[in-house]
Amino acid sequence: MPDQKLVNVTIEGRPVSVPEGTTILEAAKTAGVLIPHYCYHPGLKIAGVCRMCLVEVEKMPKLAPSCATTVAEGQVVNVYSQKALDARKGVLELLLINHPLDCPICDQAGECELQDYTFQEGRADSRYREPKRFNPAEDFGGDVLYVTNRCILCTRCVRYMGDVAGDRALCVEERGDRAKIGIAPDHDLSHAWAANVVDLCPVGALVSKDFLNKARAWELDRTASVCPNCSQGCNITLETRDGALMRMKPRSNSEVNHFYLCDEGRLNYQWVDRGDRLEAPMVAGQAVSWEAALTAAGAALTTGARHVVASPSLSNEALWLLKQAAGVGTFRVAQGTEAPLPGVTDLARRADRAPNATGAELLGFTRAANPLSGAGDVVVIAGDDCAGLDTAALASAKHVIFLGTAAPAALPVGAIVLPIANFAEEEGTFTNLRGRVQRYLQARPAPGFARAGWLAMAGLASAAGKGGAYTSAAAVFAAMAKAESAFAGMSYDTVGLKGQTAPGARVNA
Amino acid sequence: MGYPHKSHPRETPILSKYFGDPEARTLEGWKARGGYKALPQALATDPVAIQNVVKESGLRGRGGAGFPTGLKWSFMKIGDGKPHYLCCNADESEPGTFKDREIMRWTPHALIEGCAVAAHAIGAETCYIYIRGEFTEPIAVMEAALDEARKAGVIGPNACGSGKTVNIWVHRGAGAYICGEETALMNSIEGRRGNPRIKPPFPAVAGLFGMPTTINNVETLTAVPHILNNGAEWYKAMSLSSPKSTGSKLFSVCGNVARPGNYEVPLGFPFKEFLYDLCGGPLPGRKFKAIIPGGSSVPVITIEEAEQVKMDYEGFMEFGTMMGSGGVIIFDDAQSMPKQLARLARFYAHESCAQCTQCREGTAWMTKILERIVAGQGTFEDLDTIFELTENMTGKTICVLSDSCGAPVTSGITRFRGEFESLITGKRSSTVAVG
Repeated sequence: MPDQKLVNVTIEGRPVSVPEGTTILEAAKTAGVLIPHYCYHPGLKIAGVCRMCLVEVEKMPKLAPSCATTVAEGQVVNVYSQKALDARKGVLELLLINHPLDCPICDQAGECELQDYTFQEGRADSRYREPKRFNPAEDFGGDVLYVTNRCILCTRCVRYMGDVAGDRALCVEERGDRAKIGIAPDHDLSHAWAANVVDLCPVGALVSKDFLNKARAWELDRTASVCPNCSQGCNITLETRDGALMRMKPRSNSEVNHFYLCDEGRLNYQWVDRGDRLEAPMVAGQAVSWEAALTAAGAALTTGARHVVASPSLSNEALWLLKQAAGVGTFRVAQGTEAPLPGVTDLARRADRAPNATGAELLGFTRAANPLSGAGDVVVIAGDDCAGLDTAALASAKHVIFLGTAAPAALPVGAIVLPIANFAEEEGTFTNLRGRVQRYLQARPAPGFARAGWLAMAGLASAAGKGGAYTSAAAVFAAMAKAESAFAGMSYDTVGLKGQTAPGARVNA
Repeated sequence: MGYPHKSHPRETPILSKYFGDPEARTLEGWKARGGYKALPQALATDPVAIQNVVKESGLRGRGGAGFPTGLKWSFMKIGDGKPHYLCCNADESEPGTFKDREIMRWTPHALIEGCAVAAHAIGAETCYIYIRGEFTEPIAVMEAALDEARKAGVIGPNACGSGKTVNIWVHRGAGAYICGEETALMNSIEGRRGNPRIKPPFPAVAGLFGMPTTINNVETLTAVPHILNNGAEWYKAMSLSSPKSTGSKLFSVCGNVARPGNYEVPLGFPFKEFLYDLCGGPLPGRKFKAIIPGGSSVPVITIEEAEQVKMDYEGFMEFGTMMGSGGVIIFDDAQSMPKQLARLARFYAHESCAQCTQCREGTAWMTKILERIVAGQGTFEDLDTIFELTENMTGKTICVLSDSCGAPVTSGITRFRGEFESLITGKRSSTVAVG
């Protein structure tokens, strides 16, 4: 914003210019200095209560809470002066006097800001000789467990529930060192977006019941991804241990989901690790090589009128190659209730419970309540699990080509089956309901001989004589961007890990 | 006057002249005693002119901080198009202080007049009197007086026929010490949890309901009509000492003293004469030992120091303490200072609003250490820890509750270290009864 007034300040000897009204804490980030803090969170109203972010500002008599102090022209800020370090050391000592040292059994260990800052700036010992305060843990409902003893009363959860989620379920109850987070009578954390308090909690006070005692934070591998559970396309991190998905966490993106992820989105991941996966290509019930299966499929595609059933859970890349191989078709989208997060503009758990319906539409596929109706001689089912569909059409088809992660019961014995990866096992892009194209990365290998969606479709297109010699998802995307005007000018580089709106997306905000 | 005792001849009863006189509670009785003279004139005067008279008088806040009242009023931008608010701080939660209680009990109309004048002077049409919830009798008296004043048209939509609106409402507190802190008080009026707010923004910019607000103590506001009636010079001339401390002040005296009560003296009055003459000295057979002169939040001083003090804002500061709210707490030689200070710390630990880490955890920790020392389980290290803890708790939090817990304790340890050490070494002090 060129007309915004800039203020010049020096933080730890580094001069920076930041817009007027910026807090010292945010200005310090631009100078590459992370001032320790607990109660401050960029998505929440400022509380200024933990007093951890105290810094020394020249010409100010007292230490300033950097989260609640705006920059002034010419200010000189010392984050690591002895006075500031002593004050923060004092805060850490006080936060720890009643904090149980149960890190070995605490889920937050390894990603705990109390551990981190204590290690960075705290005392090696404690002078506290009194008995520690004890309060029992409480089930807050939803996915949230409150381990009272670990709480540092930063009130992030209280402010999130009240100001962002719009449900005043939480409060600080009692005073003095008896204070703890309280839950309003007849309330619990069953709000559709309540589990975000677990991520917001800087310590192990609010923990996920789903993740409880499941894995240590340092054992997890983290992969940037996109939530596949609805058309909002919240940016997420897949956290895996030895290839098993342990949890999904929101990944911040100010254009999509800010810092948040809905409960249904984050908890609906067990299917990723389902055990009944298709692991090898099959023809007429016999496992065959990919080459044999693709040859059979290529031949089948030319034998009559084609009917294509796609899935809005397939990547843009896979859908485009499917279109090359067999032409466009129809798809159905599972529906659920919409649940907005009131404090964030245009963020909701969407009714369309699939990640890529918009991408499918931009590529020419059409929605249908019953995509199998009026099937032709050759039926190609790509990604749809056929659950709840009238599968009579399959029995009458000459050939059925199925691409999916698990075999539907209604699949005819003679079908050609091509096993594909799910979203955690491949690279690709989804287009969210606002037309934002977002990349997701591969978190683990696909089982057996299953191939990435784009790779399987490329093989199919090749076998059908429709091109399809691609060696990466990026190459497929680049080719798609050339061929499809809706994606014109885009590439994996321009999309990055925060996404980019497709030029052809109609703006329906 | 030293209510419930008879007025002492050396007092200067201005605010306390009618304490104990039930007829002063009624509108008619109050008018007969010279009340409501200043208000009609004030309402016809330019607000800034009133601010200037008060500035000139040197009146400073009587709640504890001693901020110049006229200057505080001048921060309110008259005619900025926003609703302004006046809050009268009648929470009087500072232990050892009970002067505002008596003002409201006996002379409610004096406060109403002060509120109405001040509201006009800051461009406010609404004033809230935030009264400590436990003050059941003062609340009833204030409500009755406000009813009378409203019915008589003294306040209301056409106050004293001036065409100006001055509405005054009583808001009861619910028993939190911290609600006497001005920003917590505003949160409490708004129906929120009584937590102090971060400053800036200061109340004069964004206070009650986000609007420009002034908060004054009961005694401060009650003094204003007297200043308007008698002039700033009269108020200044009353002072016996520094030109920075003018007028008279009520001191609430409690503890081990012959005549506890409220005493009104001009600022600069010698503390020694105040203690031995007005308050009647110690109880028979006892000697004064220590004094907390300004409500429980200020540092404790020895009687030897107290005897040299001139009772004004600067006089107390010379000895490292403060005049505060004027709540004089007296300890005689039968008291154990560690025990008394532990009790005081426990109060702060109980009343901490729990926002800031240093206060929430520090006050409780300090209490535990002190109680352990009193129980004979202390160590010399504990004393060092208390000082370092106090350093940690001072000047680093949103409000000063945390500072207020450390100040009496560390000043007490500095001045009465022997008592603490004898508890630690297990020897009882020959002069102190440890209870």
